[in-house]
Amino acid sequence: MTPHMLTRSLDRGATIFLAIVAACGILIPLSNLLLPAGSFLQVPTYLVALWGKYVCYAILALSIDLIWGYCGILSLGHGAFFALGGYAMGMYLMRQIGSRGVYGNPILPDFMVFLNWEKLPWYWYGFDMFWFAALMVLVVPGLLAFCFGWLAFRSRVTGVYLSIITQAMTYALLLAFFRNDFGFGGNNGLTDFKDILGFNVQAEGTRAALFALSCLALIVGFLVCRAIVSSKLGKVLIAVRDAESRTRFLGYRVESYKLFVFTVSACMAGVAGALYVPQVGIINPSEFAPGNSIEAVVWVAVGGRGTLIGAALGAVVVNYAKTFFTSGMLAPYWLFMLGALFILVTLLLPKGIVGTFNSWWESSREKRLAGVAASAAAEDGITEPKLAEKRS
Amino acid sequence: MNVMDTRATSAMLYLDGVHVSFDGFHAINNLSLTLEPGEMRAIIGPNGAGKTTMMDIITGKTKPDEGTVLFDGVTDLTRLDETRIAELGIGRKFQKPTVFESQTVQDNLLLALNVDHSVRGTLFWRGSRAESERIDKVLETIRLTDARNRLAGSLSHGQKQWLEIGMLLAQDPKLLLVDEPVAGMTDVETHLTAELLKEINKTHTVMVVEHDMTFVRELGVKVTCLHEGSVLAEGTIDQVSSNERVIEVYLGR
Repeated sequence: MTPHMLTRSLDRGATIFLAIVAACGILIPLSNLLLPAGSFLQVPTYLVALWGKYVCYAILALSIDLIWGYCGILSLGHGAFFALGGYAMGMYLMRQIGSRGVYGNPILPDFMVFLNWEKLPWYWYGFDMFWFAALMVLVVPGLLAFCFGWLAFRSRVTGVYLSIITQAMTYALLLAFFRNDFGFGGNNGLTDFKDILGFNVQAEGTRAALFALSCLALIVGFLVCRAIVSSKLGKVLIAVRDAESRTRFLGYRVESYKLFVFTVSACMAGVAGALYVPQVGIINPSEFAPGNSIEAVVWVAVGGRGTLIGAALGAVVVNYAKTFFTSGMLAPYWLFMLGALFILVTLLLPKGIVGTFNSWWESSREKRLAGVAASAAAEDGITEPKLAEKRS
Repeated sequence: MNVMDTRATSAMLYLDGVHVSFDGFHAINNLSLTLEPGEMRAIIGPNGAGKTTMMDIITGKTKPDEGTVLFDGVTDLTRLDETRIAELGIGRKFQKPTVFESQTVQDNLLLALNVDHSVRGTLFWRGSRAESERIDKVLETIRLTDARNRLAGSLSHGQKQWLEIGMLLAQDPKLLLVDEPVAGMTDVETHLTAELLKEINKTHTVMVVEHDMTFVRELGVKVTCLHEGSVLAEGTIDQVSSNERVIEVYLGR
C-alpha cells in the first residue's frame, strides 16, 4: 500500500474506529495480565477469549461487507473460507501436539491412529511449520475463491443464483469434512491443541496475545478494505454494484474486478478463521454449516452494509446479544430472535446502524451548513450558498 | 503491411445481411447499413422496428444469428464482448438514462474516462492534472460544472441524459451510439442537445436513435428509417418523411 492510498483511506470515522480497536487491543490484554484477578478493572481470561472470538467475527463481517456492500456480491457461503482458514491453522496446531497425544504417535494426529492410518496423507505435509500453515491460511481460501469466482463470474452468474451456489459450495464442503476418510478428523474435527509457536494455547499470556493479534488483524483488514474502496477501483466496484452492464459498456472487465475483490475477501475470511481456532480451541465441520454464513450476512445487514465499520460493529453487537440470550432461559428462542432481528432491521433500518447514523449525520450537517450559509449570505449579500459538500 | 489493404470497407460501421431472432420473432431481418467516418446518422422507426436491438448487436450485447458487422473496416464485432468493443472505441448512451446514481457527477465522468481500465491500474490510480482538466472540460460542455459534487441520482431527468452524453465524451469513442437522447426533455433542452450533438459530430462519428421529429429535423443529417428489422428508407428527413411506405408504417398519416 502506497502512502497516498493510506492517507486517502483515512477519513474521520475510519480514524476513530481504528483508534478504538487499537485501544481495545492494547488495554484489554494489559488489564487481563497486569491487574490483580478480581479487581474491578481486570478483564477475566474467559472474557478475553470470548471477545477475541467477536473480533474474528468482525474480520469475517468486514470481508463480507467488502464484496456485498461495495460490489453487490451476496455470498451466503463465506463461512467456508473462514472454516478453511481455521482448518489450516488447526492442522498446524494438531502437528504441534506431537507425541503428547493420547496415542503418543509423534507424527500422526490421534484421529489418524484411531482410524489405523499408517502414514500422514500428503496434504498434511508441511503443516508442522508455522510459516507454511500461515501461508495456507491465505492460499487455500484464496485459491478456492479464485477458482469458484473464475467460473461463476465469467459465466455471469449474479444475484440470487450466485448466492445459492455459494450456499451449495459451503454445504458440499460441510459434507466432505464430515467424512472420516477425508482426513480432517471427520465429525470431531481438530481439537485438544497444546501449543502455538511454543506457547501454551490455554495460557493467559497466549490468550491475551491472540486477542491483541486479532485486533491487529482487524486493523490491517480494515485498512486494506478502506484502501480498496477509496481507490478508483472502489468506484468501479460501486458502479458494478449499481449498474453492472453499464460498467461493461464503459470498457471495464467486470469479471476481473469481481474476481479480485472476491479473492481478497476470501483471504481475509481465512485469516479470521485462523485466529478464531486457537482462541476457541476447536475446529469442526459445523463451521461450514450454511446457517453460519447466513448469520454472518445478518451481522453486516444489522451494522450497515457498505460502511465497513458497520460490518464490524454488527458482528460484535449481534454476537454479544447471542452470548447474552443463549446463556439464559431464552436460549431456545435465539434463532427466532435472530430471524426477527433480520426482518426488523430490513424493514426499519434498511441502512443498518451505521448507515442510518451516517444519513442522520449528513442531513443534520447540511442543515447546519445551510443555516451558516444563509446567515453568511444575509451578511455579505451572497445569493448562492455552496451546499454541495463532497461526501467523504 | 498497409492497414488500408486489409480494410474490407472504408466505412466506420458496416452492417450487412444481419439477422437476429428471439424465439422465432425476427427482431432484425436482413439489415444492411453503413456509416462513413465523421458522419452523423439519425435512425427512426416505429416501436419494435429493431433500433435498440441493432445497438445491442453493435455493442456486443446480442450476437446476430448471421450477417457481418464490421467496425472501422477491419474488426468483426460479432466475435467480441461488450468490454472489448467499448475498449475499441464504441460508446453507447442508453434509452433509459443509466448513470451511477450513488456516485457524484464528477466520479461518473472519472469512471468513463478512456484511461487504464485494468484492476491494477484502478487500484493504484492517482488523479492526474490531465484527467481533471478533461473532466472540467466535459462538465463545461454538458453544463453541469456547478453540480459536479452532487450525487448523480439527485439530478433531473434532463441532466441525467446530459451526464450520460458527458460520459460518452469522457470515453471519447470513435463511434457514439446515442439512444433517444431527448426523451423526456423540454423544448429548450432538446434544442441544446441538438447543438451539443452537432458539436460532438465535428470530431466523432455519431448514430442517433430518436422518435422526436423536430429534433431529427434540427440535426439536419441523413436519416434511416427502420421497419420490422430492416431498412425501409434512407435519405434526407424530407425525402424519408415524404416516402409513402414510411408514412404508412410510421407517421400514420
